Amino acid sequence: MKAIARHRIFWPSVALLALIAINTIARPRFILITVRDGELYGALIDILRNSAPLMLVALGMTIVIATRGIDLSVGAIMAVSGAVALTIIDAAPDSHDLGTVLVALVTALAVALVLGVWNGFLVAVVGIQPIIATLVLMLAGRGVALLITGGFITTVNSDPYKFIATGYLLGLPFAFLISVAAIAVIALIERRTALGVLTEAVGINPEASRLAGVRARGIVFGAYVASGLLAGIAGIIYSSNIRAADANAAGLFIELYAILAVVLGGTSLMGGKFTIAGTVIGVLTIQTLESTILFLGVPSAQSPVFFAVVVIVVVLVQSPRLHRWARQTSRAARARRDADTGARTGVAS
Amino acid sequence: MSVDNAVPPVVRMTGITITFPGVLALDGVDFTLRPGEVHSLMGENGAGKSTLIKALTGVYQIDAGEIEVAGEPRRFSGTADAQDAGISTVYQEVNLCGNLSVGENVMLGHEPRRGAGVDWKEAHRLAQEHLESLGLSIDTRSTLSSHSIAIQQLVSIGRAMVLDAKVLILDEPTSSLDRSEVERLFAVVRNLRDKGVAILFVSHFLDQVYEISDRITVLRNGRLVGEYAVDELPRGQLVAKMIGRELDELTALGSVADRPVDRTGTPVLRAQGIGRRGTLEPVDLEVYDGEVVGIAGLLGSGRTELVRLLYGADRAEEGQIEVDGRPTRHSSPRHAIENRISFSSENRRAEGIVADLTVAENIILGIQARRGALRRIPKSEADAIVEEYMTALGVRPADPNMLAGNLSGGNQQKVLLGRWLATLPELIVLDEPTRGIDVGAKADIQRKIAELSAQGLSVIFISSELEEVLRLAQRVVVMRDRRKIGELDSSDVDLDGLIEYIANTPEESAA
Repeated sequence: MKAIARHRIFWPSVALLALIAINTIARPRFILITVRDGELYGALIDILRNSAPLMLVALGMTIVIATRGIDLSVGAIMAVSGAVALTIIDAAPDSHDLGTVLVALVTALAVALVLGVWNGFLVAVVGIQPIIATLVLMLAGRGVALLITGGFITTVNSDPYKFIATGYLLGLPFAFLISVAAIAVIALIERRTALGVLTEAVGINPEASRLAGVRARGIVFGAYVASGLLAGIAGIIYSSNIRAADANAAGLFIELYAILAVVLGGTSLMGGKFTIAGTVIGVLTIQTLESTILFLGVPSAQSPVFFAVVVIVVVLVQSPRLHRWARQTSRAARARRDADTGARTGVAS
Repeated sequence: MSVDNAVPPVVRMTGITITFPGVLALDGVDFTLRPGEVHSLMGENGAGKSTLIKALTGVYQIDAGEIEVAGEPRRFSGTADAQDAGISTVYQEVNLCGNLSVGENVMLGHEPRRGAGVDWKEAHRLAQEHLESLGLSIDTRSTLSSHSIAIQQLVSIGRAMVLDAKVLILDEPTSSLDRSEVERLFAVVRNLRDKGVAILFVSHFLDQVYEISDRITVLRNGRLVGEYAVDELPRGQLVAKMIGRELDELTALGSVADRPVDRTGTPVLRAQGIGRRGTLEPVDLEVYDGEVVGIAGLLGSGRTELVRLLYGADRAEEGQIEVDGRPTRHSSPRHAIENRISFSSENRRAEGIVADLTVAENIILGIQARRGALRRIPKSEADAIVEEYMTALGVRPADPNMLAGNLSGGNQQKVLLGRWLATLPELIVLDEPTRGIDVGAKADIQRKIAELSAQGLSVIFISSELEEVLRLAQRVVVMRDRRKIGELDSSDVDLDGLIEYIANTPEESAA
């Protein structure tokens, strides 16, 4: 039991399960999953489906944070990738053509990749502090997206494109399958190869890693490229969901939610040790919380406050310092009790 | 100075026990510190010195035992508690804020107020006063990091004065100081002692321990061996008590340097005119198969700079390097590693150990980096390598899954040595591999170097301890003021001769 409690994702999991429990008590229907035409529906399924963009962005953020970095540009990259994809589909003669959609997807992802390369170049090659380097694109990216859409919100009606966010495959939401695939690929790359441990080494002690012969620069570079690409996919899912490229709203503040998810999952902002499983739980916690707000009918004006309060509670539940304090208080109470009984039984020394 | 036993102790620790998962770090240790004494805490790496200090400074919670400060039982739940009780610590690596001014550091948290703000003028005056009482007159408005480590340590002691410390803990304060800086530190320490401050001193330099201490407490494997007045404990006995063996391992290593080296073939490494502006004047150097080349010189003489250029840790601006007769360039550590050259930095913590990774991951890191990220070393192979080097080097505790940052300095050094040996280098460059570690680990490491070089490994060995250089190296390159001033055959020179050479030989007469 103690060993389980010490595991890094124990407390994040407790927080998530508690949140689900509270929802279920408030409205038992929450936990219900129904099958319609061989497809799964329910509040939990919605959470899995809606969490896809944040999941992708947070996965990239986890790797970047592990290298001691941060990527603030992910929201902007989402906006750009959505804008690129929809502009191409919009310009095509037949927006329902699968070929057109594929071209749009490949182009959008290529652009996202280039933006990731740009970030990686600034951080790993030029040596600019990550927060500043990615701030450049965070501010400029939405301008680029507006430029691409010509200042409008491009809307399209394309069945194949719509499928990405809202379609079902094998009874499960397609967007959810994309995030599962991304989790699996990232986890495999990081943990089946030595990339994960080398990334941690670079994050913990960059100079020692460099002297040990680790390609520190390449690893940092790669982290930003991966983050950019994942943000690009997230941008496609987002724009597919609303069937529009909204350069101002797409991925707004998602960088902050992604950082929150990473931290809730137990990865330190100081870099180094990271946990993919933790991030997944962090994302699901945030998404569940968003649903809870809708579910409990918290007025929208108060919802950020409610959100913040719950986040503080969740963070406190995980705080090692609080755990230590709790242990000490209970130990002190026990000691006092023992001392009292000792005095009563009249042990003289 | 004689210590009056009648003086009530300022610190009395009894039956201190601390356990970490799987390790009994301290087992019922007693320790007493009296006002006006310098008390050395001695023991091998892993003996529990640091743990005891951390218990006294509130970093670790004790599992059993009692701590009394000035006759009052105390329970420290954090470093602030210990500081409130008048216990201050000066660490080997200075723990001040390098980017603040000297005065700000000295007065940090105790700045004199003026209204709602800080009276900086008064703060700097007070800081100046405290520092001058230590015989240190520097501009308190200068940035701390612009001063040498020695000055920073004195500043750190000045800060302890502001906190009105009754107990001052000096944890390896001298390991990066030169002789005159040590003198200066000791003058300050004696001065404080005479004012009644109790000083707990930890150092691996036996000379210094005997020079400054009144009393010595010896720990071994987490247990108390005993407490002795310094004049009742001759050196030989102290070492024997520390390592628990009667035999002097270091002398037993005696004749390593006399092994003949064949210098007729192609050198493993030949550097010609390797240098970098402002860092190192051009240097020539050759290292042959199975040869140990020592580099001697004072701190700042350019020895570290030289090997960093050879390894590609810094880029050389001029000169050529040949490895096994092939011209090559080392523009990054990776190139040197591909040429089967390894480098272990003098700065163990900042440039060596990856503290939050396990011992096993640290050992594997070198080979893994060489193979590349995608070709992960299979678990069984990794385990075998880790096991092999942990056993060969005697890493303690023998737990490959422990975080490397939790090991003692000497064991971290062994892990680093393991990391490099695992890559099967032809030439290994060791910069101060024995600094800040105890006699036992030092003997282990020296024995390993001797053994491997006899098997054909070439070694470049840097150490501030010249006895060590003379014991291990067949040839000694002497550096001074960022240039090579000569090369000596170590069988032609004794310790005094080498010191004389370093100090006085004019460059023209260099061999």
